[in-house]
Amino acid sequence: MGRYLLRRLLQLVPVFIGTTFLIYWLVWSVPGDPFAGKCGDRGCPPNYRAMMTEKYHLDDSIWVQYASYMKNLFQGDFGITFGGREISDIIATSYPNTLKLAVVALAIEAIIGLGAGVLTGLRRNGFLDNLVLISTLFLIALPVFVIGFVLQWLLGVKWGIVNPTVSNEMRFSELIVPGFVLGSASMAYIARVARTSIAENRRADYVRTAIAKGLPMRRVVGVHLLRNSLIPVVTLLGTDLGALMGGAIVTEGIFGINGIGRQVLRAIVTKESATVVGIVVVLVLVYLVMNLLVDLLYAALDPRIRYE
Amino acid sequence: MRVSKRASGALAVGAAFALIASGCSSGNDDGGDASASKDGAIVIDGTQPENPLVPANTTETGGGKIIDWVWSGLVEYPNNGGAPQNLLAESIETSDSKVFKIKIKQNTKFHDGTTVKAESFVKAWNWAAYGPNGAQNASFFSDIQGFEDTYTEDPDGPDGPKKAAEPKAKEMSGLKVIDDWNFEVTLSSPTAVFPTKLGYSAFMPLPDAFFATTPAEFGKKPIGNGPVKLVSWQDDVELKLTRFDDYSLRDKMKIKDVTVKIYQDDTAAYNDLLAGNLDFQQQVPVSSLAGDKWKTDLGERAIQTTIPSNGIIAFPIYDKRFQNKDLRRAISLSINRQEVTDKIFFGNRKPADSWANPLTPGATPGDCTACKFDPTEAKRLLQQAGGFQGKLTLSYNADASHKEWMEAVAQQIKTNLGIDAVAVGVPTFAVFRANINAYKMTGLYRAGWQQDYPDVENWINPLYVTGGSSNDGKYSNPQVDALAKEASAAPSLEEAHKKFAEAVKIIDQDVPAMPIYFSGEQSGHSEKIKKLELSNVGELDITSVEL
Repeated sequence: MGRYLLRRLLQLVPVFIGTTFLIYWLVWSVPGDPFAGKCGDRGCPPNYRAMMTEKYHLDDSIWVQYASYMKNLFQGDFGITFGGREISDIIATSYPNTLKLAVVALAIEAIIGLGAGVLTGLRRNGFLDNLVLISTLFLIALPVFVIGFVLQWLLGVKWGIVNPTVSNEMRFSELIVPGFVLGSASMAYIARVARTSIAENRRADYVRTAIAKGLPMRRVVGVHLLRNSLIPVVTLLGTDLGALMGGAIVTEGIFGINGIGRQVLRAIVTKESATVVGIVVVLVLVYLVMNLLVDLLYAALDPRIRYE
Repeated sequence: MRVSKRASGALAVGAAFALIASGCSSGNDDGGDASASKDGAIVIDGTQPENPLVPANTTETGGGKIIDWVWSGLVEYPNNGGAPQNLLAESIETSDSKVFKIKIKQNTKFHDGTTVKAESFVKAWNWAAYGPNGAQNASFFSDIQGFEDTYTEDPDGPDGPKKAAEPKAKEMSGLKVIDDWNFEVTLSSPTAVFPTKLGYSAFMPLPDAFFATTPAEFGKKPIGNGPVKLVSWQDDVELKLTRFDDYSLRDKMKIKDVTVKIYQDDTAAYNDLLAGNLDFQQQVPVSSLAGDKWKTDLGERAIQTTIPSNGIIAFPIYDKRFQNKDLRRAISLSINRQEVTDKIFFGNRKPADSWANPLTPGATPGDCTACKFDPTEAKRLLQQAGGFQGKLTLSYNADASHKEWMEAVAQQIKTNLGIDAVAVGVPTFAVFRANINAYKMTGLYRAGWQQDYPDVENWINPLYVTGGSSNDGKYSNPQVDALAKEASAAPSLEEAHKKFAEAVKIIDQDVPAMPIYFSGEQSGHSEKIKKLELSNVGELDITSVEL
């Protein structure tokens, strides 16, 4: 287990360097002059451009820029934006917000998705099964922004049940609607995967044995059936956290949440490569760590899996 | 993201051309309840300022709006759209439009309690004009004598290996402090419009505290001299402003607190406005304009106004194919501006019929004869010009909503002249501007102009005079240059306006660009606000707000 963990952690290093370089290179190759749109139709005065170019080493080659960026990064310095803000500050304020949103979304999709999946998997072809089937199809077919705008308008403006946008305190109650919107598509997938998985294992030998032993149904489902059916669901949920955080741009925009989506979008538009790279670097770390956690969870769920 | 980043460096302070004593929803009185106003607080929408808030270094709307509120300048632009009025200035006197004697009101305060003195202006202007400080608004000081000694240009452009030389002087020789309340400005050549410019945010005074710290530090918690002061600024979340109780000039605040909530998406702000969580939105989202939905949603709280900003399509005159003025006129006459504004903008913008925006002092409504719709004359002129070969492209930046109207214009040119015209979107404003600045346009392109200060001069000199700061098409006509020069140097504004009108007549014959529409603005406010006015650029005049 320890050696496996070490090996996996070491593997993260080249992946980390590779992805950051790719991102850096891509942002760097976006055409256009970072100052062209900055000062409006008038254009920036040459002295301003000269000062910024020198300050941000914009006339160096990508290799030099990337090397100095990585050097600073390992010293914990993410650099500063053209407006003079510390990028580490931006990351420190926007990440927790996005993380909160993603965790709420994850919780909603786990509870509703798994619940619906278990119920329908046990009672297939019933009324409930058909209802879930149709409603999940509906959620998968609708783009996130449609669900977002419709819910925001209905609940926030028309009925006035919730605030249309999320306040800066990011209270849990305010995050339920955005979390539901963000997690809606994944929720539908989880319900379907869980349903199939439960239905398959329902006919497995060990379940029949458990029932034959005379165990109460609650224990058969809760311990034997559910635990063995969870592996595909956990895989989905685990990798989803990263996807939810990276994919929250639309949801954050609709509900006015100050998260990484807004920052990445702004940075891409204003060509602030350092901000883009900084945020994505942390996102890459989230993906890598979540993947590792999922793999380790397999062993806990399924005793047949052992890591050497 | 909002692309209208203070398009050309707008200006402002609490003035209002389109004085909107808008939707006083109470209906029976024209003001609010004084006691409700006194400790009242409102929440309005905004965008994250791009840079620390230093007046001479802010050229986008997010920060510009805050600067306009936190600072008060020597002059302000009055409510009736007339000539600027003195605000902090006691008097601005000149006999030759070259030497200006400026006397300021005594004992007005900065927010840190220090006194605003003549020196506060002179030091601030010298800082902005000193090249190595890299202020974005440095060019506003180019009228002043000695500017060329403090601001040196990079000899081979920003991409070349050479660096700009160290400036010879740190201070402009044309600025002289006489005593605490008087200073004298000498310009390098007579400029009648100079006092008008003084209301622009680049000319605001700075307290001593600015020079004791770095601009970046100062700009996080700026100290101004305006009717409100900044309490706190939480990046990407909100800026909190509160009434400055020691403010002694005319435009005092009637309410106490203003929170500027930062939105990324204007639809989110609009929904907050409808739900009563937001008290004012300067521009409602495009999606709510279709079918006048916003008017149904907001009722009497909907405010429709015009702002001094034009939508223009420009010609790259450096391209040989566009050097025939008959061709340019033919294209301009083939565009049905009324149809574009009616069909595409639902009447929220007005068809352009003059070169300068009609809200501007000195502008002559209807002076653009090339703005008429006359397809017969257009065809005749096209023939006279020898036709047009190949494809005619009309470029626009696709990151803002320009696609629809640019396509409509292209279609009209195609239908009325038989030219193969197509609208082409360039992905971002940055790439689009980079091509324009590098003189690489191969067809017509979208341009826009929002005035920096209210005078017709601002619509001619930067755009149509040889070497003008935004003459991107390289239009050049010695007659126009000569008239504009005479006009700028005229001893009075009236005479300047007359000369500019003559220059416009020649421009109208040459058609270096095509004014298409005059911009409108659609704002909305909550039921809480009983009275408000908009400034001349459509910003909320927060000193006018009553609850």
